[in-house]
Amino acid sequence: MKRYIQKHRNQITIFTLVVIVVAFVLHYAFHQTQQSEILLLVASVVGGIPIWMQALEALRLKIISIDLLVSIAIIGALTIQNYEESAIVAFLFLFGLSLEQRTLAKTRLAIQELVSMAPKRALRVGVDEAVEEVDVDDLQFGDVLLVKTGGQIPVDGLVIAGEGYSNEATITGESLPVFKQKDDPVYAGTILENGTLRIYAQKVGEDTTFGKIIELVEEAQDAKSQAERFIDRFSKYYTPVVLLLALVVWWISQSVELAITILVLGCPGALVIGVPVSNVSGLGNGAKHGVLLKGSSVIQSFSKVDTMVFDKTGTLTVGNPEVVHVISYTKKQDQALQYLVSVERESQHPLAKAIIEAYKDIQSLPVSQTRVIRGDGIIAKVAGEVVMVGTPTLLKNHQVIFNKQMEADIAELENQGHSLVLVSVGGSVALLIGIRDVLRQDIVKDLLDLQKMGISDLVLLSGDSQSAVDVIARQLGLSKAFGKMLPKDKAAYVKELQQQGHVVAFVGDGINDSPSLAQADIGIAMGSGTDVAIETSDVVLMNSDFHKLPYALGLAKATNRNMKQNIIIAIAVVIFLLLGVFFSQWMNMAIGMFVHEGSILVVILNGMRLLKYKLKK
Amino acid sequence: MQKAVLQLETLACPTCMQKIEAALKNVDGVDKASVKVLFNASKAKLDFDASKTTLATIQKAVETIGYEVLKASEK
Repeated sequence: MKRYIQKHRNQITIFTLVVIVVAFVLHYAFHQTQQSEILLLVASVVGGIPIWMQALEALRLKIISIDLLVSIAIIGALTIQNYEESAIVAFLFLFGLSLEQRTLAKTRLAIQELVSMAPKRALRVGVDEAVEEVDVDDLQFGDVLLVKTGGQIPVDGLVIAGEGYSNEATITGESLPVFKQKDDPVYAGTILENGTLRIYAQKVGEDTTFGKIIELVEEAQDAKSQAERFIDRFSKYYTPVVLLLALVVWWISQSVELAITILVLGCPGALVIGVPVSNVSGLGNGAKHGVLLKGSSVIQSFSKVDTMVFDKTGTLTVGNPEVVHVISYTKKQDQALQYLVSVERESQHPLAKAIIEAYKDIQSLPVSQTRVIRGDGIIAKVAGEVVMVGTPTLLKNHQVIFNKQMEADIAELENQGHSLVLVSVGGSVALLIGIRDVLRQDIVKDLLDLQKMGISDLVLLSGDSQSAVDVIARQLGLSKAFGKMLPKDKAAYVKELQQQGHVVAFVGDGINDSPSLAQADIGIAMGSGTDVAIETSDVVLMNSDFHKLPYALGLAKATNRNMKQNIIIAIAVVIFLLLGVFFSQWMNMAIGMFVHEGSILVVILNGMRLLKYKLKK
Repeated sequence: MQKAVLQLETLACPTCMQKIEAALKNVDGVDKASVKVLFNASKAKLDFDASKTTLATIQKAVETIGYEVLKASEK
């Protein structure tokens, strides 16, 4: 019975409305006062039943709810035989509830879309090669799964056979398909756009990266800020206080009419719903654009940040050293490059990796008599020639002569923060190669946007040499830059800034920067979908996309503004209504209810604007 | 201690949340401090003592106060 009534609340609402309309027509068009009054009584009782039930249910659990205020108001209006008001209040309250439900669903849509992208079914390959379709909840570590073109990858795992292109937008926000072949990792919730893969399951269900993101977003939208906890506590006491106030008014004025009007006007509707609505819309917008904000307290402190501290490698720079300069001192440049690549393919050195990466297409020649000089480079024989690859010291120690031009080039590249690789063929210098970790694309514009949004200090902290750090600081126009910093030095520096009264955000790549991420008011991780980055920080920029940083800050500020607007709207409405009761003639409980429901809609609609938030160009 | 997650019907009013929270805390064997009702995700999470109560009892507690449980799982 109870469930039946709650389920059919919408029909009850419509029924109440129809009866009220008929009653008014009878009253004003046909002057059938008697019948009209009876119909209004029916509407009040039918509309009142679901509200009374809710109120009793809450009371049994020792909660004084809004439903209780409205219930008493309706009963009060019935006892003084003001059936018109009781019917209208019952209808408006029910109508407000269903409107609220509908509009709230819209604000939650962005996050629900994310949740609905979680995989549900999977094709499991059995021992006898038989394929069966199973629920993802039944999968375990070590299962072998089959994914066909257009299918969704059900687990985090490794490809054991097959190849194809997978779209990892759900994890990284990047919609360009990624090629997958044997031994490549794949992630749950991503889509195989073409090809067929066999996957070995390593993580299933909530343990997958996607599962963790969902859990995090879900928890974040309900993680309460201090302001919200205050409102919660406030409304817990507020409702009983309104009840008490109504009783006092009734006792003093002996007017039931006035007392029940106060009950209705005192409903805290918009105040309770306003802040969560802004919050959910803002977080939902972020989740859709690859920005994870962990709850409303994060939004509040993030919007107050005035100083941003950056890690260098992997944050301001791409994180992989690349060949950026090649200076040739020989006519046979192609031959020298081929010798260089042949020698470097024997090496595991990080600089060698950058060179091999830059010249993937060059064929190797056979290399013999390889000698590794620790810390300096390699000497080997290629095609009958002695080839040296390494630092200037290596070559100088082996009687290679440098001319003035070479010395000048070396000094200049070193000054710009490059690591150098020199190549000599047959005892004379052939190539000078400058290798450097390159800056992210368009980063200067992103930093400018941040400054425009009120970040007054941009600071770079790095473990690299001071000269390398200075070069970057000059290029990017940073206010301060410090090199030779260990992780604990960085955290200490962040603390110092905080003691000077700054609100500090630290932007890093998550693992070695975790002390600073924790120390800062807001830790922002450049997350490429790894667990650590997602868990240790307050804000995660998916796919390590630096361009999302201004977006994240703008969104946090907009959401914070929106919350404040909603609080102001809610409080202004209550004040307006209370003033109305005491200083005007026209205020009654039906109008009060109407204004209340209106204000609830206004705050929800205001919150929904955040779903469409975009960064202004 | 077992962990339970209940997926509820869409919650629309903050009072619903308070009520569900109170109803869950009243079940004997449920760890009161662990009860968490997520308003926006319309989910309830809690820890319970499997020797004192069952997932079905917990689900029933929510249903008797008039809310639907769409999916209940434990781990």
